[in-house]
Amino acid sequence: MLKTRIIPCLDVADGRVVKGVNFVDLIDAGDPVESARAYDAAGADELCFLDIQATHENRGTMYDLATRTAEQCFMPLTIGGGVRTPDDVRNLLLAGADKVSFNSAAVADPDVVARAADRFGSQCIVVAIDAKTVAPGKWEIFTHGGRKSTGIDAVEFAKTVATKGAGEILLTSMDRDGTRAGFNIPLTRAISDAVNIPVIASGGVGTLDHLVEGVTKGGASAVLAASIFHFGDFTIRQAKDHMAAAGIPVRP
Amino acid sequence: MLTVIVDYDSGNLHSAEKAFQRIAAETDAGQVIVTSDPDQVAGADRVVLPGDGAFPACRDALFAQTGLFDAIEQAVTQQARPFLGICVGMQMMATTGHEYRPTPGFDWISGDIRLIKPDNPNMKVPHMGWNDLIIDQHHPIVDGIKTGDHVYFVHSYHMQVMHTRDMLAHADYGGPITAIVGHENRVGMQFHPEKSQQAGLRMIANFLKWRP
Repeated sequence: MLKTRIIPCLDVADGRVVKGVNFVDLIDAGDPVESARAYDAAGADELCFLDIQATHENRGTMYDLATRTAEQCFMPLTIGGGVRTPDDVRNLLLAGADKVSFNSAAVADPDVVARAADRFGSQCIVVAIDAKTVAPGKWEIFTHGGRKSTGIDAVEFAKTVATKGAGEILLTSMDRDGTRAGFNIPLTRAISDAVNIPVIASGGVGTLDHLVEGVTKGGASAVLAASIFHFGDFTIRQAKDHMAAAGIPVRP
Repeated sequence: MLTVIVDYDSGNLHSAEKAFQRIAAETDAGQVIVTSDPDQVAGADRVVLPGDGAFPACRDALFAQTGLFDAIEQAVTQQARPFLGICVGMQMMATTGHEYRPTPGFDWISGDIRLIKPDNPNMKVPHMGWNDLIIDQHHPIVDGIKTGDHVYFVHSYHMQVMHTRDMLAHADYGGPITAIVGHENRVGMQFHPEKSQQAGLRMIANFLKWRP
């Protein structure tokens, strides 16, 4: 049986983890590779690095991180942030990423998803959708870290990128991100029901019950969280045990 | 001993390279290189064919490199060197692929590559994530691996084998999904051993010491 994935996400700027990471035995808590190794050992199902700075000048740092992580962690690694062209995808894949995530560039031109999927396969193309509630049951895409409104309906956009060949959707609720109030369940359910590709729920996790709800109520195939793991509130093991107790199949 | 990972510009070779190099160093299994040089492939002791993407695109890319498939045939068919296909590299071992359009494979294992159709329409395709293996037959490649061990899959098509003797392991996703095939000196894995942590690394070690 396919298992529901738990994916810790690391925000990275200038090659360093931005949000705090509290593990007891880390040599350097700011080094993403050290954090990746700790999550690997803890049983995370995948890892996600988000380059929140993503200027042209610091791309080399991200490639180096991908390479060093791939040398030490034999598990799937997704990298996002500042990805604009199929060549960006190629460079990240060559450096050691297993999947690459488009965000603003896919909103500006959904065909970039098709060009990248045709070249590298849908399996490695993720589209990150940042959505905000604009009316009950209606969500709009925002870009630039949630600052810029686009007028694009999130559900319609999800269907579009799925048709273009995205292999997966990383869905973040901008209303909930950082609040620890739980996933935006109606949004997660609407997107998950609208597409036949896996949806990763993100944004707002504060408790282990939130992870369960993302799957049972939201229909997500995977759950992504940052703070609850980084700050040591819960371990990956606790999250898995809690989900298993709720009847969700997880990898032991 | 030289193991080659065949580079034909398909997908991510880096994580496969790192995993094979790590295991080769730990098990004293010689050198691992990534190459598209037909001479190196033809003279290799072991051949690994990865592959990500659509079946026709992978096949076209492989055959676009002059002499590369001939070199694989020379090592694998004529010299009987151990061969491992991963993901689409495994799918190309079949008779015919049916992604987008019928495309001939190597016909090393009788079978077709077909779209996954889970019996429950709510199950999503691609089949993406960790699934547990069900071992169908013992084989040196699954030494130390037991039913219930998890590996990482990401694919929308899979192999339907003509003869059950060629199926070494499968997974369940709304019906059986072919996970490992084997015939003579050739094995194929639909999942990614290089991304499957301990179980995957164990199977890479098994391949590097396999003497068919």
